[in-house]
Amino acid sequence: MKDIICECGHKNPYGTILCESCGKPFGEEANSNEILNMRYEGSARRSQTYKRTIIDKIWNFFSSVKVGVWIIVIVLAASAIGTLFPQEIYIQGASPETYYKEQYGIIGELYYKLGFHNLYSSWWYILLLAAMATSIIIASLDRFIPLYRSLKNQRVTRHDSFLKRQRIFGITKTDNADEIIGKAKTELEKKRYNVKEENGNLFAEKNRFSRWGAYVNHLGIIIFLVGCMLRFFPGMYIDESLVLRDGETKVIPGTDGLYYLKNHEFIIELYDEEDEKFKGAIEKTDEGMVVKNYQTNATLYKRVGEVVPGKEPKLQKVKDYAIRVNDPLKFDGYKLYQSSYRLNELVSMTFEMERKEDKQKIGTFTVDLLKPEGTYELKKGYKIEILDYFPDFAFNEKGEPTTLSKAPNNPAFIFRMYSPEVPDGEVSFAAIGQYLEPLGETKYKVNFNDVETTNSTWLTVRKDNTLWILIVGGAIFMIGVIQGMYWHHHRIWIKRKNDELWIAGHTNKGWFAFKKEIVQLADAIGLEKPIDQLEAKQSRKN
Amino acid sequence: MDMEQLSSNLLLAAFILYLVSIFFFAGAVSRKKFSTEKQLARNEKWGRIGITITIIGFLFHLGYFFTRWIASGHIPNSNMFEYTTYFGMAIVLAFIIIHFMYKLYVLGVVAMPLAVLTIAYASVFPKDIQPLIPALQSKWLVVHVSTVALAQGILAISFVAGLLYLLKSVDQTAKSKETFWLEIVLYSLISVAAFILLTFGFRIAGYETTFQYIDRDGQEAEIVYELPALIGPNQGKIVAGSEFGPLFSVPAVIDAGKLNTLTLSLIVGLVLYVLLRLIFKQRIAAKIQPAFKNINLELVDEIGFRSIAIGFPLFALGGLVFGMIWAQIAWTRFWGWDPKEVWALITFLFYAAYLHLRLSKGWHGTKSAWLAVIGFIIIIFNLVVVNLILVGLHSYAV
Repeated sequence: MKDIICECGHKNPYGTILCESCGKPFGEEANSNEILNMRYEGSARRSQTYKRTIIDKIWNFFSSVKVGVWIIVIVLAASAIGTLFPQEIYIQGASPETYYKEQYGIIGELYYKLGFHNLYSSWWYILLLAAMATSIIIASLDRFIPLYRSLKNQRVTRHDSFLKRQRIFGITKTDNADEIIGKAKTELEKKRYNVKEENGNLFAEKNRFSRWGAYVNHLGIIIFLVGCMLRFFPGMYIDESLVLRDGETKVIPGTDGLYYLKNHEFIIELYDEEDEKFKGAIEKTDEGMVVKNYQTNATLYKRVGEVVPGKEPKLQKVKDYAIRVNDPLKFDGYKLYQSSYRLNELVSMTFEMERKEDKQKIGTFTVDLLKPEGTYELKKGYKIEILDYFPDFAFNEKGEPTTLSKAPNNPAFIFRMYSPEVPDGEVSFAAIGQYLEPLGETKYKVNFNDVETTNSTWLTVRKDNTLWILIVGGAIFMIGVIQGMYWHHHRIWIKRKNDELWIAGHTNKGWFAFKKEIVQLADAIGLEKPIDQLEAKQSRKN
Repeated sequence: MDMEQLSSNLLLAAFILYLVSIFFFAGAVSRKKFSTEKQLARNEKWGRIGITITIIGFLFHLGYFFTRWIASGHIPNSNMFEYTTYFGMAIVLAFIIIHFMYKLYVLGVVAMPLAVLTIAYASVFPKDIQPLIPALQSKWLVVHVSTVALAQGILAISFVAGLLYLLKSVDQTAKSKETFWLEIVLYSLISVAAFILLTFGFRIAGYETTFQYIDRDGQEAEIVYELPALIGPNQGKIVAGSEFGPLFSVPAVIDAGKLNTLTLSLIVGLVLYVLLRLIFKQRIAAKIQPAFKNINLELVDEIGFRSIAIGFPLFALGGLVFGMIWAQIAWTRFWGWDPKEVWALITFLFYAAYLHLRLSKGWHGTKSAWLAVIGFIIIIFNLVVVNLILVGLHSYAV
């Protein structure tokens, strides 16, 4: 496609409506007398110029503001649907197949069947967000590049028809043009315009940067979205959890075995119910109490030296820290958050072996529920062997004993009891509240004696290398919004034409204030008050 | 007198002053009784008194805010009563700011009733000073919540301007879609007033009905109605209080108590609305339209846009940016699709669409005004429905 060469000599890209340099209208626009459409300076936008190929059509689709607004509205509506019932991550581990139906009836069931319980990670929602991002990128490029070219190439002396067809325009007959131009220059500079002179004509401009606001804030959004996507790349994002009992030390997952954490003690503090201030509110809660603080008193260690398999690592203390909600432990890019806890978890159980006949106590033994030993020697000739251990005991569908998890929530044991009378041992089964002799009656039995419990803290381990990108994106967005919103791009042209002075003005928005400014200016330098041709036209129509 | 009591009294004083200011702002709206010049001078005088009373009321309101802050030890915006009261304060502050930019007294005729309604609505909720749960103990409570409320207050002014625009510009000589929806907006406001009157009326009378019912988990539970029970809970039996009702019951998946309150408010609102229509013998908007005949539509449109131009960036900053920063610290992730988060995003997207339509597609005047009304509905939805009905991490705000 051919460039358009204007009579002023400037070479404009194909599709240009107003010459980038002098503003002379081309094509159909040249034959009209209407006020010029100054959107994007009449520059050659790709979407307005090329409309043939499939790529043109895709480009034009996404560059349309109308399409963009529709995408926004659809994302908005879809997002709203997802809040009707809780998303799956918030139903606390309940089974979604039954949860939605039981809690919310038929609509709930439909909600689940349509996949709305995981709406925000559904393919179509992600696709909508991608469409939004595409629209932002294409719409911005389609406008920004030609607009930038146009504003960069604009010259001082504009074509007559460009000036005449501005919304604000005025003609003054005068014989002391030099004086007026001189005054205009000082006045405009006083109003902080950037003034240029050429052949005795003036061009004053201010706040051009506000034209870039929209593109800057769009750039911010795109950087933010890119940052959100980056977390799916390995190494950018770590999300692990760490469960520690009181007194326990463990390696922190996600740190490649470099850092260890010891939980000295997990603490819950409650508000004092007798406190005059809070008494009323605390009484009204369902639980009759309000938690004041969740805290893990911890020590962070770093491994030193080489890793030797089978050997305990050598640890060096880094720091002590009280990890609390809203106050995570930070180290080396990682953060450890207080996220949950368990109270009164079983640690060990103590049993006692007894001869049934005369109730003679043979001896006691304590089983560590996390690391049970194989056998416990009681005294000469007496020992207990653990044949099987079910930390979280339940019966499976076939009626066999099984364990639901590795956590000792409901421990059960199958013991073999050795004694001088029965050197080959007798089998018994012990669980909380249950004692069985599955292979026939025994001479000895195992009594449950005591239990020891502890608290454990649940910490979330996070490392997010994408955060700084999100912060940069967010900051750029805010800067762009402010830059585009609170400043307006004002331009004023004054041109000599024989014994006349022509004045024309344009602003991208905020006409009310701009008109006041230009009228004031005309008054101060001795020009006729320019008129708002749009308003004049409208009042003629009425 | 202790601090908490002092705080309550200050709020009451502010409330009364706001009520009085409405009277003066209404007086500042032009009437034909006098010659033009005299009329203008008189309007100016009434308007000045109105804004002065508003400012004094606002100072009392600030007094309530800081005395309550001292009494509770934390910023009073952490439950429904406190937050809504604070939102009311933000509306008044935004109105005062916009007033000094544009000096348009007629805004007060809509803005102040809205503030009064908001504060009255707030006082329906328990006023006990609540201790802060660990997740809320952060300096971000002050930063995040107060910026959001201020932004919403400013956005509320765009609703005020939009409503004024429509009250003047919608053609009331014939029935149309616009006259219908305008009446719906007015009816909704009347229903909120009905809800407040009902709640306080029955509370003062000591009315209560206690039901025993079967909840959605199949468990036996108890619920106390503060209003007459038209709609009973699932298999509900009255065990205490007034014997009235219920006319019918709903399945356990529906919260019968809230549905009953909503239905009753809408019915009483409808009764009030119909009564007004019968008295006026025309649409309510048609009846009040002449009062706004001197409004400069272009100016009101500009005010509506200006409020959004200020409110939108502030909302993005307070609601999304500060919200994300805090969520990252307190909840380990900056975004988790919690309903309140999603509705903040929806509010943001909606006003983003508004700005694109206005700045790129030239949606000025009537269209812009309707959008401002819808935007405010979204804000109110986020305040009321998301807190009281949708379950989420933010629902401790009750």
